[in-house]
Amino acid sequence: MSEELIPIYIMGKQYMVPPTLTIMKAMEYAGYQLIRGVGCRGGFCGACATVYRLPGDYRLQIGLACQTVVQPGMYLAQIPFFPAQRAAYRLHELQPTFQTLFTLYPELMRCLSCGTCTKACPQDIDVKQYMADAMRGDIHAVADRSFDCIMCGLCAARCPAEEAQYNIAILCRRLYGKYLAPKAKHLLERVKEVEEGKWDAAVEELKGLSEEELRKRYNARDIEPE
Amino acid sequence: MSYTAEMRESIKRVEATRPARLSETWPMMSPAEKKEILEKFHPDYIREGMREIRVGVSKGQRMPLELAEVMEGHSHLRSDSLDLEQIDYDTDVLVIGGGGAGASAAILARENGAKVVLTTKLRFGDANTMMAQGGIQAADKPNDSPAIHYLDVMGGGHFANVPELVEALVKDAPLVIKWLEDLGCMFDKEPDGTLVTIHGGGTSRKRMHSARDYSGAEIMRTLRDEVRSYPEDIVVLEFSPAIELILDDKGQCAGAVLKNLETGEHLIVRAKCTIVATGGSGRLHYQGYPTTNHYGATGDGVVLCYRVGARLAFLDTMQYHPTGAAYPEQILGLLVTEKVRGLGAQVCNVEGKQFVNPRETRDVEASAFIRECVERGKGVRTPSGMQGVWLDSPMIDIIHGPGTIEAELPAMVRQFGRFGIDITKEPMLVYPTLHYQNGGIALDVHGRTNVPNLFVAGEISGGVHGRNRLMGNSLLEITVFGRRAGRAAALQAKEVSLGKLTLAHLDKWERELKEAGVEPKIVSPILLPDYTRKVR
Repeated sequence: MSEELIPIYIMGKQYMVPPTLTIMKAMEYAGYQLIRGVGCRGGFCGACATVYRLPGDYRLQIGLACQTVVQPGMYLAQIPFFPAQRAAYRLHELQPTFQTLFTLYPELMRCLSCGTCTKACPQDIDVKQYMADAMRGDIHAVADRSFDCIMCGLCAARCPAEEAQYNIAILCRRLYGKYLAPKAKHLLERVKEVEEGKWDAAVEELKGLSEEELRKRYNARDIEPE
Repeated sequence: MSYTAEMRESIKRVEATRPARLSETWPMMSPAEKKEILEKFHPDYIREGMREIRVGVSKGQRMPLELAEVMEGHSHLRSDSLDLEQIDYDTDVLVIGGGGAGASAAILARENGAKVVLTTKLRFGDANTMMAQGGIQAADKPNDSPAIHYLDVMGGGHFANVPELVEALVKDAPLVIKWLEDLGCMFDKEPDGTLVTIHGGGTSRKRMHSARDYSGAEIMRTLRDEVRSYPEDIVVLEFSPAIELILDDKGQCAGAVLKNLETGEHLIVRAKCTIVATGGSGRLHYQGYPTTNHYGATGDGVVLCYRVGARLAFLDTMQYHPTGAAYPEQILGLLVTEKVRGLGAQVCNVEGKQFVNPRETRDVEASAFIRECVERGKGVRTPSGMQGVWLDSPMIDIIHGPGTIEAELPAMVRQFGRFGIDITKEPMLVYPTLHYQNGGIALDVHGRTNVPNLFVAGEISGGVHGRNRLMGNSLLEITVFGRRAGRAAALQAKEVSLGKLTLAHLDKWERELKEAGVEPKIVSPILLPDYTRKVR
């Protein structure tokens, strides 16, 4: 690690940290034992949404603290929680239609298509576009385009129309997964077989084998080619 | 960032051998070779990394030093610290842990008529489940069967697995995939609905189901959304870890003491049945290894359960995932999904030569990487002194067509892209990283422990995977056993009558420590890792 430290400002307070660290590791280096604003530390959970600004630039930048390397003079604050609304629903009572989206999230139609959400997304998702898809009732398109969403809430935090985009997105993904995606026939058949006990005897037989016999079967098993 | 000049030289050698390697298959190791490499290089076999636990019901069992120290800690509480009559939540089922197992348990407990409190240390969904990329196994194709899956699991676990638990795992697997689909999970499919399945290490059939490389995240966010659909039946408490289990005067588990992490306030939950689903312990960094695990994976649940007398199983075996990121330093230890190898990427040393088949089981694969770097000196050095081997990701687009990597591994492309590495064109540098706690608390097929009314589910448990877990069987385990424990706990709660609540077991614990001459250096569960003023 380089010996030279750089200044960063955590909620306005200066700390000197090694320049190779991510924002999260830099906060720990500075002495924070994190409770909020830390989760998987691998860019999947959305706990560590962070807003920052660089010296001489008025623009706000966004990033995940676990995935963004510090820069000299960075001013930062975390947004570990955003009070966006999740509509009350039970998936099995819904239909996969535009009407469902509009009923649960009527503010959907207030979207201005300004694109602030897209700029704010640390996952590079085109949030503006999937909101447009939602306004057209294209649930499949929303589900597909929003798939990499980690629900960090930065889109909602920056939205001038006060949308909760990520909650609309998960509703669409669940509607798609349950109602619209083509069904896997082989899965339904296997479920039926298991419930009817078709495989019980075969498993029971293996359970009854000695370790030596089981080992023999294992080493001799055929392997499906790539 | 991107690669150093020295690393680029090595990459050239990887590129030079690639055309020939495309038609080569490195032979799988024989059983004897596997045994030898494990015993010589796997961290589980490093004797000085383990010791026996000196107190408790499973006294004498071996486990990593770091875990033994936490297990033998003092409690945060004394038996008379709190007035247990002042109950904050009175419920049928208490679920401790907000990952995939806890969420599954809560959903099934509610469905079976229970009022549920789900409490979690960080946010609901902050869990290793969220990070599992590769997939979930289930034998649902015509050329596959639960019996073939059973054989793979037993072999992968070195035949030490508990057969009944494996039976439950493989037979429930297709049911769980259907359940998740009905909850709205978007698994990868062909246009006609056929589920896309691929191989994983140690599988004899292609039975790994995925949701791009966000498989665990897709399952977790779906389960979490489902739990949140029933706020009148399931109370969710975030940032409120359990710090001790409560018993009653009949020796039954009767709930837990929680601590509000932000205010320090203690909360008493009285529950007819308690399900502990707190996950694993990678953040204890056994033998100094980096980890793929979530920040909260500090082994809290095994500590809690052990103090009330639950038995341990297989805690002397941990899984080191062969492909942790070794470079760049910012993502050291981060999981590189096994799906990369599943899609055909081979592994090469500094000379660009293969040295192991990419589809060995995780323990064997990891041991081969360690041997290549430590014994043979053919690893690639990084500026921070780490070593690694190449995982040749660009092969995937050559084998399956351009665009496959972006479509199948968007998370990986993004992770490395943030640091200037394009994995569609350049290989990734990898080295084993601490990934999974193979063992834990012993359980039966319904998740019951030997302590009345105490259940476990998920990574905290021990027995399903024997001495090594196969890829895709942890997302399966958390859903299979989360559901089983949730259902069983809800049904059992209808029969339970609780006596007077007590923490007297803490006095007993302190006595045992004293009698064994153990002088704990720490208070446990530790709840949060301490990374302050360090770099990790």
